[in-house]
Amino acid sequence: MASFLTERGLPPVLAGFLIAFLAAVVLVTFVALSAVFFIWLERKVAGRIQDRLGPTRVGGKFGWLQTIADGLKLIAKEDCIPADADHFLFRIAPYIAFCGAFVAFLALPFGNYAVAAEMNVAVFFMLAVMSSEVFGIILAGYGSGSKWSLFGGIREAAQVVSYEVPRAIGVLVPVIVAGTLNLNTIGRNQVGGIWNWYVFHDPFTFAAFFVFFTCGTASCKRAPFDLAEAESELVAGFHTEYSGLRWSLFFMAEYGAMFAISGIATILFLGGWHLGFLPYDLSEMLGVSGSFGWFLGNVVNVTVFIVKGWLLVFVMMWVRWTLPRLRIDQVMMTCLKYLLPIACVLLIGVSLWQLVVPPNFRDYFKYMITAVSLTALGIFLVKVLSAAPPKGMIPPSMDRWTPHPAETRA
Amino acid sequence: MTVTAVLFWLVAGLTGGSALMVVLTQNIVRAAAWLLFTLAGTAILYFLLAADFVGATQLIVYVGGTLVLVVFGVMLTAQGPFLTMKAGAGEWGVATVVGILFFGVLAATASFTVWPTTPPDRVAAANSPTTQQLGQSFLGATQAMPKANLTGYPPGVKPDLRREVAYLLPFEIVSVHLLVVLIGAAYLARAKRRREVAA
Repeated sequence: MASFLTERGLPPVLAGFLIAFLAAVVLVTFVALSAVFFIWLERKVAGRIQDRLGPTRVGGKFGWLQTIADGLKLIAKEDCIPADADHFLFRIAPYIAFCGAFVAFLALPFGNYAVAAEMNVAVFFMLAVMSSEVFGIILAGYGSGSKWSLFGGIREAAQVVSYEVPRAIGVLVPVIVAGTLNLNTIGRNQVGGIWNWYVFHDPFTFAAFFVFFTCGTASCKRAPFDLAEAESELVAGFHTEYSGLRWSLFFMAEYGAMFAISGIATILFLGGWHLGFLPYDLSEMLGVSGSFGWFLGNVVNVTVFIVKGWLLVFVMMWVRWTLPRLRIDQVMMTCLKYLLPIACVLLIGVSLWQLVVPPNFRDYFKYMITAVSLTALGIFLVKVLSAAPPKGMIPPSMDRWTPHPAETRA
Repeated sequence: MTVTAVLFWLVAGLTGGSALMVVLTQNIVRAAAWLLFTLAGTAILYFLLAADFVGATQLIVYVGGTLVLVVFGVMLTAQGPFLTMKAGAGEWGVATVVGILFFGVLAATASFTVWPTTPPDRVAAANSPTTQQLGQSFLGATQAMPKANLTGYPPGVKPDLRREVAYLLPFEIVSVHLLVVLIGAAYLARAKRRREVAA
């Protein structure tokens, strides 16, 4: 693309800046739009799990414009800064949090060729950038000049710094299998059947997926680990004093970080942009680089990747609205007493598996673990989807509020 | 001027400016916030020079670790709402002398070193397994050495690679040192058990 622009008489400096600008615009748009979608989805999922409807009115069906209405409300709100706050820290904190979540997307490959900056140490870069997101939260907690915010900030600092350790070790497990930190290469390695996905590679990567996903949920401060927010104890935790657009930046950061974590999990464990039944990479199968088929393949790859990421985000929401919040000591104990030793054992285990176990047995095990877990998943889904509603419950319609028969009679 | 050069000067200027603000700010947490910009700016400079691994390490160690601990410490220990401290004239004097001396050392080192004049190739760096070489030289493997691109030697001088690059001993010392620090921290932070007094 750079050569395309320079051939048409654009100076290389301008062409470079233009491409960087385009990549940034595409990524910001993606993060913002998926946040809009996720906020609507979160309301809908929360509603269904709590046996209510969620938004139904705005935009006609399903309340699909609810987030836009929320956004308009937030823009219209007054941007207050408490008199006791440290104004400088209070102002910059949301931007730091948002930058931390957003910059991580630079190294996240959405497809084989769809990455803003291919990096040799991409996964390490993403973890490093996302670990600086917490600094914005802590500054918000400290700078607000409020007890609730301060408690939220302290909890966030203790929690995130602890959970970073098992999260990083959990990432190392598939990295040892792949032999590289380059996310593009890790994704390419999982081409072919679903049994080539690293989650099914051996028992240690299988367990590492759950360890990583748990730690990822905790580092996004999602329930049951949302101690920094804890609205039943701390009013609203670190963002008690925020309103309007600054407040919404924290939420953009949270939803961005959720997708980033899900994206890393997708590439490291769930086969990245591969469908799981094609023997080749779709973009390479359909044509040479630059042709229409190649482009089409890339679009399909990116779509597959985003759908997988969204599914993981959905799981995070499902967990959030299902499990109660842990206490702070339980959160720390889960990390330091359980997740950290488990992650260390997995790291040693996967190293031994790669070195000691004969290749034939490894292949055999791979097929077996795939078959068993897919069967279990299938049975689970059939059970969940075919479950009859409790006796006496009226199945609610998805899009419209239907009055209870008792109300119409009255 | 390439994009990289433009960005390099821009980021270097901003990094220097925020470093100055770290020194001039009296509020500790504000100084930490300025330090965030300094450290992140340094990391961006590393990325611009195609040293991805060093840049990411800079971020995860200093921003994600050290800075968080600074603010965490202030939040846990401060008596009043916003902690400020004023440096006396003597402290300013000592700091200025030490700063000038340190700057002299850095300037001398920078001017005596022979720097590579070709700009780094970002694409090649993205695809070359630099972490592999790094890990092998940490473990003392010398086979990887001829490929390790050493800087800081005048052209034509062949350094004794085995001694210069195999970092096994320093690596071990740092690891043991870290372990000692961790055990010490756990010892200091552990809950003091109160002895039950027999009734």
